[in-house]
Amino acid sequence: MTLHPTLKVLVREGIPNVINPLDRNALEEALRIKERHGGEVIILSMAPLFSLSILREALAMGGDRAVLLSDKAFAGSDTLATSYILSEGVKKIGPFDLILCGNQTIDGWTGHVGPQLSEFLGIEGISLVRMIEEFYLEQDAMGRSKNGSIIVRRKIDLGYARIEARFPVLLSVVKDINTPRYATFAGILGAEKKEIQILSASDLKVDPSQVGLIGSPTKMADLFMPEVKRRREVVQEKPEVASKMILGKIHQRGLI
Amino acid sequence: MKGEVWVYAESVDGVLHEVSLEILSKGREIADKIGASLSAVLIGKDFIDLAKELVNFGADRVHLLEPRDSNFYPDTEVVEVLAELVKKHDPDIFLLGATSIGTELAPKLAAKLRTGLSAHCIDLGIDEKGHLLQIVPAFGGGVLATIVCPDQRPQMATISPGVMRVGKRESRNGKIQRREIRWKGASGIKVLDTLREEPVEMPLEKAEVVIAGGWGLGSKEDWQMLKDLAALLRGAVGATRPPVDEGWVKESQMIGQSGKTVRPKLYIGFGISGMMHHMVGIQDSDFIIAVNSDPEAEIFKMCDFGVVGDLKEILPYLIKQIRVRLEK
Repeated sequence: MTLHPTLKVLVREGIPNVINPLDRNALEEALRIKERHGGEVIILSMAPLFSLSILREALAMGGDRAVLLSDKAFAGSDTLATSYILSEGVKKIGPFDLILCGNQTIDGWTGHVGPQLSEFLGIEGISLVRMIEEFYLEQDAMGRSKNGSIIVRRKIDLGYARIEARFPVLLSVVKDINTPRYATFAGILGAEKKEIQILSASDLKVDPSQVGLIGSPTKMADLFMPEVKRRREVVQEKPEVASKMILGKIHQRGLI
Repeated sequence: MKGEVWVYAESVDGVLHEVSLEILSKGREIADKIGASLSAVLIGKDFIDLAKELVNFGADRVHLLEPRDSNFYPDTEVVEVLAELVKKHDPDIFLLGATSIGTELAPKLAAKLRTGLSAHCIDLGIDEKGHLLQIVPAFGGGVLATIVCPDQRPQMATISPGVMRVGKRESRNGKIQRREIRWKGASGIKVLDTLREEPVEMPLEKAEVVIAGGWGLGSKEDWQMLKDLAALLRGAVGATRPPVDEGWVKESQMIGQSGKTVRPKLYIGFGISGMMHHMVGIQDSDFIIAVNSDPEAEIFKMCDFGVVGDLKEILPYLIKQIRVRLEK
């Protein structure tokens, strides 16, 4: 029996032309599920057009097709506006069983987009997922998936919780979940033939007042360097002399 | 009194989470500054004693919500219930601890309320218009940014554990409002069980000496030298983000905005450039020593004593010299 879950992997905009590391983990997990249970892996990203190479790379790793949400009107979106735009992208793609996201980006490190996307979609979301323990999915006479559910391990402050969730559900994954694969040469060649759909603000029919800088409730009011009151005694000496000076400081503080 | 400042209070095993008291204290300071009242939201069964504690630490009012079941999770229904409560009272500011639950609840609630949220603030302030100033490292960590949310309410922010200080506990009077919630229990999510994993190493936050390493260490093997040094000084080993991403050290060892905040008597950083994300987590250390081969490294502007040099040459000497001294 082949199952056909539609899996979506979110590749959030991050540092230009690099897939955000945790998004690789999300994609890897999606590919593993596909290998075991069938289905389609769709890569979804909101980013400037120059990020097409990121999507190519994700396709080379094994994604089936990609959707890039790109529009000048999206520039300056904070996490709320970004999540809103992504949710409209998901709705445009159609029914799905599972959305996997990296828990956070290495630049912003907010961890907001996964939970906010689930909220905009009105589905359950689970952050800090470090393992998928069980995956269950049936298929109806038409070949559509039904009764899907999953058991995951989610990090908590002093250990982890085992959580059961019904599909559709969104998981934000952490690094421990897997080791992402590298694209093979065949994968890179194959990716050239895969479809990347580009959707603009008007394609998505997003509310213009909810996207970009104008649609972002948070604004940057100021940038500054913090005031530092330190002694700033800096030396350059031979290693054995430098180490003795450090030892002297440790001794002065009464710590040895 | 006009306006309200809200704080989300968390409990672990029937005890208030330390970060809840930390942000409550900061919330009190902010409420006093803008002439607002301070309310805490607490979810839990028979938590009347905890609610009283929140009052003693500064809350004017505690909304005590009956939980749906013993295994709490910030799912769509919990978010809906909290969003309704927020809409009813319309607070100006809502602070949450950046715990493993808070970092999921806060963005969900902000999305539900269509309001702004800043993550892992390292400081909070109030401007002349009464707006909440939310300070976070920006642009790769070279500078700090002030984030504001001028038009939407509440202004929401998360703060990591250890960043704010707990204020004074005094016997105070406050209103404790128990709220019966008609839970539908219709969420598609269920916590089956929780498993505890005890940390083995010395907690960074409690160490008097913190030895930290950065990208400049280069490999997992070099970390052994840091561990040896920390062991000799009875300290703990910390790290910046890149070594954690590389898998050289555990995430629980990360110091900085999205990791731990430390206040040791002595901090020694090896191969650390001095990005704000890390520096905000060590700024309250009594004494900061930095070793870096790059004389232009930012950390030299923010340390008490700096050594320009190769840590791989300096560390073996330092370890040897300390051993000799300890044997005397």
